[in-house]
Amino acid sequence: MTGNGGQVSEQDIRNFNINFGPQHPAAHGVLRLVLELDGEVVTRCDPHIGLLHRGTEKLMESRTYLQNLPYFDRLDYVAPMNQEHAWCLAIEKLTRTKVTRRGSLIRVLYSEIGRILNHLLNVTTQAMDVGALTPPLWGFEEREKLMVFYERACGARLHAAYFRPGGVHRDLPPDLLDDIMEWTETFPAALNDIHELLTENRIFKQRNVDIAVVSEQDALDWSFSGVMVRGSGLEWDLRRAQPYECYNEFDFLIPVGKNGDCYDRYLCRMAEMLESLKIIRQAVEKLESAEGDVLVRGKLSPPRREDMKQSMEALIHHFKLYTEGFRVPEGEVYAAVEAPKGEFGVYLVSDGSNRPYKAKIRAPGFPHLQAMDYLCKGHLLADVSAVIGSLDVVFGEIDR
Amino acid sequence: MTSIEGKDLLERIATRQSDTVLRAEYQRDEMVVEAVTNALGDLFEFLRSDPQCRFSTLVDITAVDYPGRERRFEVVYHLLSMKHNCRLRIKVPILESEAVPSIMAIYPSANWFEREVFDMYGIKFTGHVDLRRLLTDYGFEGHPLRKDFPLTGYSEVRYDEVQKKVIYEPVNLVQEYRSFDFMSPWEGALAMNKRESAEDDG
Repeated sequence: MTGNGGQVSEQDIRNFNINFGPQHPAAHGVLRLVLELDGEVVTRCDPHIGLLHRGTEKLMESRTYLQNLPYFDRLDYVAPMNQEHAWCLAIEKLTRTKVTRRGSLIRVLYSEIGRILNHLLNVTTQAMDVGALTPPLWGFEEREKLMVFYERACGARLHAAYFRPGGVHRDLPPDLLDDIMEWTETFPAALNDIHELLTENRIFKQRNVDIAVVSEQDALDWSFSGVMVRGSGLEWDLRRAQPYECYNEFDFLIPVGKNGDCYDRYLCRMAEMLESLKIIRQAVEKLESAEGDVLVRGKLSPPRREDMKQSMEALIHHFKLYTEGFRVPEGEVYAAVEAPKGEFGVYLVSDGSNRPYKAKIRAPGFPHLQAMDYLCKGHLLADVSAVIGSLDVVFGEIDR
Repeated sequence: MTSIEGKDLLERIATRQSDTVLRAEYQRDEMVVEAVTNALGDLFEFLRSDPQCRFSTLVDITAVDYPGRERRFEVVYHLLSMKHNCRLRIKVPILESEAVPSIMAIYPSANWFEREVFDMYGIKFTGHVDLRRLLTDYGFEGHPLRKDFPLTGYSEVRYDEVQKKVIYEPVNLVQEYRSFDFMSPWEGALAMNKRESAEDDG
């Protein structure tokens, strides 16, 4: 009580600052948010990032092009191959390499598997952020099956290092295509289970509808990409707008949202998974008739095993490739792919040596997270975790 | 597809913004504009609002360090026009002591991109409201992506059992960092580059 007639004077009311994270289950990694609260309403949100900063771009400058490839798995570790893809495209653009037909199809196939991997994780953990525990348990079961496909192709469940400049590392084992095809028949039912749990769920809708509404102009101003722009009604997908690999041969739709809120972005992701499924099925069908090598044989790639047993030159080439690496002509290039989270780009500057002079990784999550302050202002504290969930952030790629 | 041809677009940018633009050309099938810091904001305002450009999305800002050059840094902007479906790269070479005008007022997303460039290269952006470090540790010194910053850095952290806290120490490597020089004048890439360019000339 203060002296002026029992009324609380102005200066006694002040905003409350709290620390959200860096170890918070809803922060999807190591994110520290400094939140200023007026009661329960967020008035300022200052994300502190860099807790997972490993200096990838600095490290890349001292390693050969091939040694740099596995770093890309460690960026967005939810969908590793999509990142490798951007790196390979940048190198191929500078060296003017054309990927083999079969290699290209395998890339599309695995990029789409990566997209489903990502969306499954995002959709279900977003549900967990707003209170539902069952979806992640069901979603992770499907993810497990997909990671087995990863493993069967390249030997690793997460850090694949499978896409190589000129194609992919090795051909798929027999039966894998049949098993993937079989999986595409069972997956819609599993997805439908999640859909039935969430889409019309009262609590899920209360927590997501009209939260963090992004208008078309906001999406442009804040450099959004991927689902963040599509959820707001902009039909922008690099696979369609600036086709790379052989995406222009595939028949798929681009789902767009209407209101640009968290709920629409959820719906977009659910619909995108079905579209990816369509691409996977088409890719498997095309792969069945596409024979041939999966990697362009030449300066960028190792010789065949059989050749190494016969030819001295092949053996020398193999040795030089894995020690010195290949050289990339001088120049600079920007290559981008439609990663599950948005536009993932690589700006590569080469000085003609065997190591990149400069490589800048443009991660989609970085500008998305930047808009936290803008998106959270005026929302309740409880909405913060819903917003983070729908931004689809992974700190491997944001902190680099 | 673009409503006007890329070449014409570059010409349009070069003539309309002749104070700022040094060069506008195609490099490896990508549109590249080289500019000076003078009236840089006007250039971006033009690129964003001109109906033929409509570069509404700022994709990225980064920098490249060329210690050998007089203008040591090159600040690189990537723009995207969703309307005309084209990309543009803007390169601004600057002196080490020079500051670049911030474009936060034109593209709000420039905020973090500029903070990152400041953090990594020490390039200052005038007019930026909140130029703090972004990715590196609290109290970090130096700018890691400069070419003269060692890969191993200067300090390392560990938890000290005696003091019961995380402490900072100068880097102590058990084994010297091995940097293989493939650019040796005998067999390395340098010689091969030379040989190839000689063959091209001949």
